[in-house]
Amino acid sequence: MSEHPSYDELATGFSWSIAENELEYSPGDIINIGWHCSDRICQKGNAGKIALYYEGFGGNRKSYTFNDIRLAGNTIGAFLRKQGITEGDRVCLFMDRIPELYLSFLGILKIGAIVQPLFSAFGDESLFVRLENAGTRAVITQKKHLSKVRKIRSALPNLEFVIIVDNVKPSELEPGEILFSLENTEPVEKFEISPTRAETHSLLHYTSGTTGQPKGVKHVHYSIMSQYLTTKWVLDLRDDDIYWCTADPGWVTGTSYGIIGPWSLGVTQCVLDTGFSAQAWYKFIEKYRITIWYSAPTAIRSLMKAGDELVKEFDLSSLRHLASVGEPLNSEAVIWSGRVFGKQFHDTFWQTETGSIMITNFPGMKIKPGSMGRIFPGITGAVLDPVTYTPIEEPGRAGLIAFRPGWPAMMRTYWRNEEKYRDKFVNGWYLSGDRSSIDNEGYYWFIGRDDDVINTGGHLVSPFEVESALLEHPAVGESAVTSKPDEINMEVVKAFITLKPGYAASPDLELEIMNFIRKKLSPLAMPQAVEFLDSLPKTRSGKIMRRVLHAREWGEEIGDISTLEND
Amino acid sequence: MEENNLNEMKELIRNYVIKEYIDDDDVTITYDSPLISSGYVDSFSMVSLLVFLENKFKIKIPPSKATPEAFDSVNNIVALVNQYLNR
Repeated sequence: MSEHPSYDELATGFSWSIAENELEYSPGDIINIGWHCSDRICQKGNAGKIALYYEGFGGNRKSYTFNDIRLAGNTIGAFLRKQGITEGDRVCLFMDRIPELYLSFLGILKIGAIVQPLFSAFGDESLFVRLENAGTRAVITQKKHLSKVRKIRSALPNLEFVIIVDNVKPSELEPGEILFSLENTEPVEKFEISPTRAETHSLLHYTSGTTGQPKGVKHVHYSIMSQYLTTKWVLDLRDDDIYWCTADPGWVTGTSYGIIGPWSLGVTQCVLDTGFSAQAWYKFIEKYRITIWYSAPTAIRSLMKAGDELVKEFDLSSLRHLASVGEPLNSEAVIWSGRVFGKQFHDTFWQTETGSIMITNFPGMKIKPGSMGRIFPGITGAVLDPVTYTPIEEPGRAGLIAFRPGWPAMMRTYWRNEEKYRDKFVNGWYLSGDRSSIDNEGYYWFIGRDDDVINTGGHLVSPFEVESALLEHPAVGESAVTSKPDEINMEVVKAFITLKPGYAASPDLELEIMNFIRKKLSPLAMPQAVEFLDSLPKTRSGKIMRRVLHAREWGEEIGDISTLEND
Repeated sequence: MEENNLNEMKELIRNYVIKEYIDDDDVTITYDSPLISSGYVDSFSMVSLLVFLENKFKIKIPPSKATPEAFDSVNNIVALVNQYLNR
């Protein structure tokens, strides 16, 4: 008999009240993610259990019990409150994966403020547009990222506080910058937690679209219901597990399943804050006896590239369950992991907007390598006909992945952009922007994006954002950005450029443009190739036809080019 | 390669890494400092470092050789570049 319930057993009679009951929540109660992830676990008798094993570069190691993270959340919350930061204020986390990132997350939520996590590799332009849009009141950061914040500070009138958590000399501080050292601050034992409710805003994650600036995806405290139950059922976390989610909390996986999921269940998790190396990752699993591993296809393909022999040098027998997210997991990677780890990676599908796993391969369920799995119980999903926006009943026919809204972690809106939010719905369906088919057993098979957004290494990059930034380079006349295939990252950014008079194409100019975007936006957005053209393909009305360039890069049919200028 | 040229190459690469990838003035980069495993240079940024090397030394490094390990220090990078110089 299987140790896991079948899909049908999970789905029959499903209700989100399962999560509510387990988290001892009744509608109308106070609900606070910061409290649920720390104080509640302590009250359940697990105060002394390890919540976090942290390892940084150079052997820097720390560990925190659930009581430690409870106190740290209180202490940081009290510090923020003392500055005057209060309910509804946006507080940005702009840090590497150091403990203060995870602990500040709890502290911000405990005072009822909104966490705005941003990827620490973002350049100053990427940082600016997100802080400006959110009207962020405080940024918590590290000395190594301070120069980027300082560069844009004067243009952000709402940004009152820059809080630095490491060793800047007080004499080096600029006005509005504050030092905060958790280790040198008296822990706050008793703390009045903000009485947040189910619909109180909790997180603001930014995501990129085809057009316009990045959108702030607004989530609420009630999202914990989805994150708790999906972590328990899909990632299969149990009391004695040691869990490792490799995602950075600058992205939604790193908060939904790198903080809220495991800690709401009272499970020990590990964080490795170093650059990627296959050897370091295997060593980390071996050392901490990790049992559950949630990672991304790009990382898995990089591990594959490092070879099978390396795996044999480590004792990875602790691994019990593996899962993956971020982009389609190719069947070769599923089969490879089964061979070398004795466990197959279970693919999961969800988005920043959905807040929690939507389509998944459950533990114990038959895996069809290359498929994303089946819909999570309680969620109504379909693939829609792209013309009529009605569900496709025919197995295997491609359509748009869509969900009926109503699950707890669904975004509530886009920050200050209600119109874009409404645009995501047709006929009462939330349109994910991805395409797939469903087979006769209900398994989803990913096909691709339904728009021009580039999914590189599991991160979405807006071609519009890169094109706009390119135009700020003095040599660039016009730009078009699309993706090109990549063995490890699935796809990477490629830029097509026409030059202004007086500039000539050269390898040095290509490098200069690459670095220009890397510093301005982020390494993810940096074109990994730049092609100089005499002119870009355009419609007769002058609109750049990205799809022509995309088709060329991917060796696809160009399609209808009747509107192409100078055809 | 003569020692003078070797040292020049090391210094050139080290200075480029500091200029392009290190934001924190307090960080010291030696010829042996880990670059990739320390997180100073991420895997996406490694591509720009590769383009720099290919442009500067007029070489072509195959993608299979451009591994995180081969780029993990100035000394490792110099060893990699030397394999493709004067071919």
